[in-house]
Amino acid sequence: MSNLTIKNLRKSYGPVEILKGIDLEILDKEFVVFVGPSGCGKSTLLRTIAGLEEASSGNILLDEKDITKAAPAKRDLAMVFQSYALYPHMTVRENMSFALKLAKVDKAEIESKVNEAAKILKLDSLLDRKPKALSGGQRQRVAIGRSIVRKPKIFLFDEPLSNLDAALRVNMRLELSRLHQDLKATMLYVTHDQVEAMTLADKVVILNNGIIEQVGSPLELYEKPKNMFVAGFMGMPKMSFLEVTVFSSGDEGLTLEFVNGVKITLARTDLKLNKGERLTLGIRPEHISLCDTQDSDFNVTLDISEQLGSESFAYLKTDAGEALTVRVDGEQKLPAFQSRLGLVINPEKCHLFNAQSLAI
Amino acid sequence: MLNILRSQSFNRFVIGSFSWLVALLVFFPIFWMILTSFKTEIDAFATPPTLFFTPTLENYTLINERSDYFHFAWNSVVTSVGSTIIGMMIAVPAAYSMAFFETKRTKSTLLWMLSTKMLPPVGVLVPIYLLFKDFALLDTKIGLVIIFTMINLPIMVWMTYTYFKEIPKEVLEAGRMDGASFLQEIFKILLPMSKGGLAATVLLSLIFSWNEAFWSLNLTASEAAPLSALVASYSSPEGLFWAKLSAVSTLACAPILIFGWACQKQLVRGLSFGAVK
Repeated sequence: MSNLTIKNLRKSYGPVEILKGIDLEILDKEFVVFVGPSGCGKSTLLRTIAGLEEASSGNILLDEKDITKAAPAKRDLAMVFQSYALYPHMTVRENMSFALKLAKVDKAEIESKVNEAAKILKLDSLLDRKPKALSGGQRQRVAIGRSIVRKPKIFLFDEPLSNLDAALRVNMRLELSRLHQDLKATMLYVTHDQVEAMTLADKVVILNNGIIEQVGSPLELYEKPKNMFVAGFMGMPKMSFLEVTVFSSGDEGLTLEFVNGVKITLARTDLKLNKGERLTLGIRPEHISLCDTQDSDFNVTLDISEQLGSESFAYLKTDAGEALTVRVDGEQKLPAFQSRLGLVINPEKCHLFNAQSLAI
Repeated sequence: MLNILRSQSFNRFVIGSFSWLVALLVFFPIFWMILTSFKTEIDAFATPPTLFFTPTLENYTLINERSDYFHFAWNSVVTSVGSTIIGMMIAVPAAYSMAFFETKRTKSTLLWMLSTKMLPPVGVLVPIYLLFKDFALLDTKIGLVIIFTMINLPIMVWMTYTYFKEIPKEVLEAGRMDGASFLQEIFKILLPMSKGGLAATVLLSLIFSWNEAFWSLNLTASEAAPLSALVASYSSPEGLFWAKLSAVSTLACAPILIFGWACQKQLVRGLSFGAVK
C-alpha cells in the first residue's frame, strides 16, 4: 500500500512563495502527472515530497504516517532525475546496487535484484560499464533501474525524458507506461509536456503559479476544463478563445453573438444569462471545419498553415483580429495564404468561460 | 597550400624552442645547485665559474658529520603531512557547505579567506611569535603544524570548493534518496568523485609546507627545525660556504622533487581539472 496525502503544503524561498497551499490525494498504484508551465512549482512540489526541499508549512502523509520532516533516506521513495544523476565513479551494477548495499541487504539478494531489474530494462550486457560509456537513453534506463531495485513505496520522476531526443522520448514513454503496468507501483511524474501527461497519467494535476488548477483523468481535463488556463494548457495546438456576448438565453437555448455579428446557438438551457453579458467561447481545433465563404457567415483569413501529413493545422485570423486554430484532414488541400475562408463551429463542443475565466 | 604548411611548421618550431628556453631557464638554478654541490669550496667560488671540474663528495660527508639530516627531514615530513591532514579535515567540510549550500555571503567569505594570503607574513610575525611563546609552541612540531595549516588553508578551501562546484548537486541528492547518511554521502559519493582534485590539493599543500621557510626559521631553533631551517644554518656571514650550502639544499629539495615528479600526472590533471570543461 502506498497512499500519499498532501495537506495545505506551502513552500517559500524568503519572501517568494512557490507553493501556495497544495491539497492532494494520491492513491495506491496510481500514475500521477504534475504538469504546468515552467515556474509553476511542479518540480518544487515533487522535491518537497522527496524531502530534498523542506516544506514551509503543511503536511505530507504516506500511509497515514507524517513524513513532512523525515530525511529523504527515511521516506522510502525513489527518484529519477532529469540529468540522470548517476554516480560516475561506479559501474552500472554498482549504481543499481548502491541503495541496497547501504541498506545492508544480503549480497546474493542484491545480485538477483540487480539482474532482475537489468533484464526488465534490457541492461544485462551493460552492467560492467561506467555511465560515461552509455548513451542518453541507456543512462536514463540505469537511473530507472537504480530506483526499481529498491521497490520503493512511490517512484518520483522529475522530467526524466526531457534530455532525450524526440524518437527516444516516445520509446521511453511507452517503456515507462509498460513499467507502470508491470510493477503496479505508485508513480509521480513531473513534466511540462502535456503529451506525456495525456499519454502516461491516470490522474493529471495541473499546476499554475503554485496552486493546483485542476485534478482529473486526462480526458476529463481535456473535455471538461474548469477554467481557461486548463482549457488552454491541455491540447495541442491550443484551444481557441473568442469573445462573445449573450444575445438571448432561455428554454430554446443560449444564443451568443461573436464580435463580427455572427450568432451561434448552444443547447445550454441550464444557463440563465442576461442579454449583453460578455463571455469567452472556447473551441478546440478539431471541432471547427472550413468551408467556402458563401457557405458560412463566419469568414476568416488564413494566416499560416502547418502540414504534418496525417493532419494539418490552419492558423486563422478573424476580422476582429482574434486568432483561431483549425485541424484539417491531412489529405485535404489547404488554400493559399491570406485567402478568405468560411468557418463552421460545432455548437455541441463549445466551452464557455465567464469574466473570471471559470467554465460555466 | 605548401606555404600554409610551411608557416605552420615554422610556428611550431618557434613555439617549441620558446618552451624549451623557458623550461631550461626555470631548471637552470636547480641544475647549478646540484652542480655546485659536487665542487670544492674553491671551485664553487671561482669566477668565471668552472664548468669542468673533478667532482667530489666531500660536502656531503661534511654535512653528514656536522648535522643530523634525518632529524630535520623527519621534522619536515611530520609538519607537512600533519598540516595537510588537518587542513583537509577542515577544508573539505568548509568547501562542501559553501559549494552545495551557498548563501549570498559565500563568495565574499571565499574572497576574504584568499585575501589573508595577500598580507605580508612579516606583518603578523610579532603577534604570532608572542602567542607561540605564551602557549609554549616555539620550536615545537605542533606549533609548525598549526601555522602551516593556517597559511595553506585558504588555498586548500578555495581549490576544494572549485572541484566540488563541478559536481552536479543532483548526484548527491540521488545518494540521499538512495538512503545515504551524511557521512556516506561524503565518503562514498563526493570524495570519490573529486579525488583527482583533492589529490592535487593534498600535493600542493605538502609542497608548500615542505618549502616554507619564513615561519620555520622564525619559530623553530633546533628541536622542531625542518629542512628549510637546516639549509639556512649553512649560510654564514664569512668564509666559503657555497658548495656546502648547495649540497644541503640539494638534500632538502630532493625528497619533494622526487615526490612531485612521481605525482606530476595527478598534479597536472588536478590543476587543469575544470579548465577544459
